Amino acid sequence: MRRRFTVASAMVGALALIALAGCTTDPNVTAPTDDADATEESVEWFDQELYDKQDAERGVTPEGPEGQPWLQYINAEFVDTSQHASEGAKKACFANASISNPWRQTGWITMNEQLKVLQEQGVISEMETRDAQDSDDTQIADIDYFINEGNCDVFVISPNSTAAMTPAVERACDTGKPVIVFDRGVQTDCPTTFIHPIGGFAWGIDTAEFLIDELDEGAKVVALRILPGVDVLEQRWAAAEKLFDEAGIEAVDYFTGADPTEIKKIISDELAKGDVHGVWMDAGDGAVAAIEAFEDAGVDYPVMTGEDEMSFLRKWKETGLTGLAPVYSNFQWRTPLLAIQKIFAGEEVPKEWVLPQSPITAGEVDQYLEANDGMPDGHYAKFGGEDLPGYPQVWQDRVIP
Amino acid sequence: MTAVTPERPSAGRRLAGFARLLVSPRGAVFLLLAVLLIAITALNPSFAEPGQFIRFIQRVAPVAIVAIGQYFVIVGGEFDLSMGSVVTAQVVIAGNLIGQDDARSVPVLALMLAFGALVGLVNGLIVSFLKVPSFIVTLGMMLALLGATLYWTGGAATGNPADGFRQIGRGGIGDLPVIGVLPWSVLILAVVLAAAIWFARRPFGRTIIALGDNPVTARYSGTRTWWVKTSTFVLSSLSATVAGVLLVGYAGVHPSVGRGYEFTAITAVVLGGVVLGGGRGWVVAAAAGAFALEALFTLLNFAGVPSTYRDAVQGAIIILAVAYAATTVSARRRGRALEAPADAPSPDTEPSPDTEPSPDTTPATGPAPETSPAPTAKEPDPSPDPARPAPIPSTQRADNETKGGS
Repeated sequence: MRRRFTVASAMVGALALIALAGCTTDPNVTAPTDDADATEESVEWFDQELYDKQDAERGVTPEGPEGQPWLQYINAEFVDTSQHASEGAKKACFANASISNPWRQTGWITMNEQLKVLQEQGVISEMETRDAQDSDDTQIADIDYFINEGNCDVFVISPNSTAAMTPAVERACDTGKPVIVFDRGVQTDCPTTFIHPIGGFAWGIDTAEFLIDELDEGAKVVALRILPGVDVLEQRWAAAEKLFDEAGIEAVDYFTGADPTEIKKIISDELAKGDVHGVWMDAGDGAVAAIEAFEDAGVDYPVMTGEDEMSFLRKWKETGLTGLAPVYSNFQWRTPLLAIQKIFAGEEVPKEWVLPQSPITAGEVDQYLEANDGMPDGHYAKFGGEDLPGYPQVWQDRVIP
Repeated sequence: MTAVTPERPSAGRRLAGFARLLVSPRGAVFLLLAVLLIAITALNPSFAEPGQFIRFIQRVAPVAIVAIGQYFVIVGGEFDLSMGSVVTAQVVIAGNLIGQDDARSVPVLALMLAFGALVGLVNGLIVSFLKVPSFIVTLGMMLALLGATLYWTGGAATGNPADGFRQIGRGGIGDLPVIGVLPWSVLILAVVLAAAIWFARRPFGRTIIALGDNPVTARYSGTRTWWVKTSTFVLSSLSATVAGVLLVGYAGVHPSVGRGYEFTAITAVVLGGVVLGGGRGWVVAAAAGAFALEALFTLLNFAGVPSTYRDAVQGAIIILAVAYAATTVSARRRGRALEAPADAPSPDTEPSPDTEPSPDTTPATGPAPETSPAPTAKEPDPSPDPARPAPIPSTQRADNETKGGS
């Protein structure tokens, strides 16, 4: 009996410490990423070259079909895909990082609606999807399964993390079949096309410039970050931090794991310490809790940047605060499937397919609220599925396929 | 507390008694809490204002309530790892079923309580009748509930429930003098704590402790062990449900709400000097453990510890605090044999000086024990105090005193 207690106590103690020590982060995502980053990218996320590139891309008018941002591109260099040209419906294999946040869920719904259209057109026979549930290891196994047993004609990969997924993506490229990577990147240029919006630095520049314009020098900004070690998120903060520093804005950052309890505690403590003039978020999940913390404390609303998630847009409108909704274009989830269509038709595609990414400003909120009326709180305003057959019912019901 | 030893009222003796109380397992957590609160106030004096402080209590309320529930399970000799998942599941249930319809608040609340009780019942019955260790049963329950929540929500937030329901965790009685707002959470915490203290002193509450201390004797003395054990799991799941209701109001609906609460609760309980494995502990100290943990997080916020190594600092402090609590507990355990078993457990309202090790009864060594809990722990075995004849150098479990009830 005693031994059992001793062993059990030790186990509980160890688990408790792991849980408590990591309570503001998501261990599933961070652990592998940290390893990879430590060796390959060091701790510094700021990359002047990429920063300048994205900064410039913000000002470029995208080319491509009018009114279809998911097919537009910025500064594209096209590659020839005629070697892949082939008749008949193809089987697509999709290795997805996860659908564990509302942004990915919205995109996943849109992607499935796009899939239906392409299936009807006879472009894609079926899409086999494996969800890695935020685990690098699982996703590597998923990709290897697709390579060896999947019977795939084309690979679509949304990497869980940058460095860890690179070898698996290279193995997929070695099969000679087209490989399409979207959202987070990998450190190889072997994929046929890499689809993504402008990127994290552009997000950071848009948001930081907005806060700097609205606030005076010396103002206090609380930065709420979801988790460390994911490049698209780290780059958002790296750019914003640099600009805040230069502009003399006092910014403190916290990791919240998107947990509204954490967010509320952090804001309450910061308000107890002194005035908070601005709130910066690296993703809009939890924005409402941050705003509520100001309400509960009975102080003025901050100047705030969230995301184009409906919950934030609605709260923004309701409170009338000074805000900006940066956008990490959700409509990019359609693009990989449309790229498949182009590749098997032998049409050229951009090697790096940079999609437009522009924030929703105060002047545009009403328009987007109206366009997305009836959508659930976790829906993203720039989801880009208005012309798909299931609109609007599928997104309103938000049944995860 | 000094009134308990009226025959020796010397100031030095009192001071020694008080100092020893603070380093005793039940007192240590209060000392830690006081140190943390003073540190926070030093960094940010406005924290001590009544209005701010009541907000702090409001914030701790859910964790403290979960810790109180966990206390009953742990003192009964088991673990409940499913509490965090119960919180998460209840938060999601509230968000999805109530929606924007205030009228559904009461039926859904009843459903949540029933669901909480059911989870506890299943945990308890499996532990009692299938003889599966609670560590495994509740771990399984934790995963099952998390999986069900994930399946239901896809892992992302759904909408918040109606504002009326959220007022329980977010609102309060307004326009009061001094404190401004008295949050409902604080009232609910007070009620839960009072009920827990009352319950722990009832025969049934003492039976739980007896069961955790020595299941065999408890069974021989006629305890329906399955029922006692099962009821502790029901209590813990219900407390997780209450915490869930408060958190829906305080924070809103998100699948990450409640994550890690079971370990926070276990850590709080251990900080409070409750012995893992059962049989000893005080419910108020467990709640104080929750306060100490939250105060630590707040202190790190106020101290402006950079986010990158905040977790490391948190972890290190928790290890030190738990190690300290463990040292004092083991000191007390060994010192326990020296305590007169005839000691009437009369001092119910406060932890009394006679509960701490006190092998060194001389005031000379007494006043400065807080820096050296380990040495005092080692002394009793070689040199039992002649003033307190304890002829049985008992094994650690031989003493069947049930201090936790007081």
